[in-house]
Amino acid sequence: MAKILTIVECAYRATIEEQDDTVLWFTHMMAAQGGADLALLLRGNAVNYLSRKQHVDVLHFGEAVLGNPPRLADDVEALMKRNVPVYYVEEDAGERGLEKSDFIAGAKAVSRAGLARFVAGFERVFHW
Amino acid sequence: MSTAKTLTFLLMDAPYESANSTTALRIIDAAIRKGYHVNVTAYEGAVAYTYGLQKPHQNPIKGTTVEQEKHPNTKDWVAALIKAAQGRGLKLDWLRCGMCEDERGLYENQIAGTRPGSPVDFYKQQVEPADNVLVIPCR
Repeated sequence: MAKILTIVECAYRATIEEQDDTVLWFTHMMAAQGGADLALLLRGNAVNYLSRKQHVDVLHFGEAVLGNPPRLADDVEALMKRNVPVYYVEEDAGERGLEKSDFIAGAKAVSRAGLARFVAGFERVFHW
Repeated sequence: MSTAKTLTFLLMDAPYESANSTTALRIIDAAIRKGYHVNVTAYEGAVAYTYGLQKPHQNPIKGTTVEQEKHPNTKDWVAALIKAAQGRGLKLDWLRCGMCEDERGLYENQIAGTRPGSPVDFYKQQVEPADNVLVIPCR
């Protein structure tokens, strides 16, 4: 079984309409129902997926209300519970002023300088 | 059983929105010409590549009719790729994300030779058996 690294960089793409991040969902499906050996790396703006402080308030379009807003930190946490290890690029979090104390527990930092070596540890890399 | 190698592609962009769709189909065309089996999973907007009700249109700026304009449709390009693969004894397995086409209302009128599936089908049927995989996401 190939060891796969999924890198999410294109963040918040259609997350309101989809009620989740489509790549996290796709990754979760492969892990939970396909038994894939996966890891997740968040980089760029996607490092904010780790933040507990993000939230979507009630969203209205006329009388239409968004019923189930995305809860991305919960989705990342659910992936970890599926034994999908989660990593993030440390400098990407720092440059955006994100506090590690706001992050969900269990995500591991990877330095930008160590990224190539880290990625080389996987047989397949899906860079979204 | 053919000994040709297999390449798998995941496409995410909707057609007619960026150069990604044309580029992806050119890569797939080249792979078939070079004798590779090809798997494709069309995810999110890419399920529209194969929507069968696409129609060519005229160009009022140029004053051309539909027949003169010969506007391309991706459904015809994919159908041609399927035919090209078959003609060479190769497989082009074109899988469409079923839930993606449900939410877009594109689950009917998809062209022949393609099939609905899931991320699990992508992983088990297309990633694991492949010699290599290329994800072409939205940017």
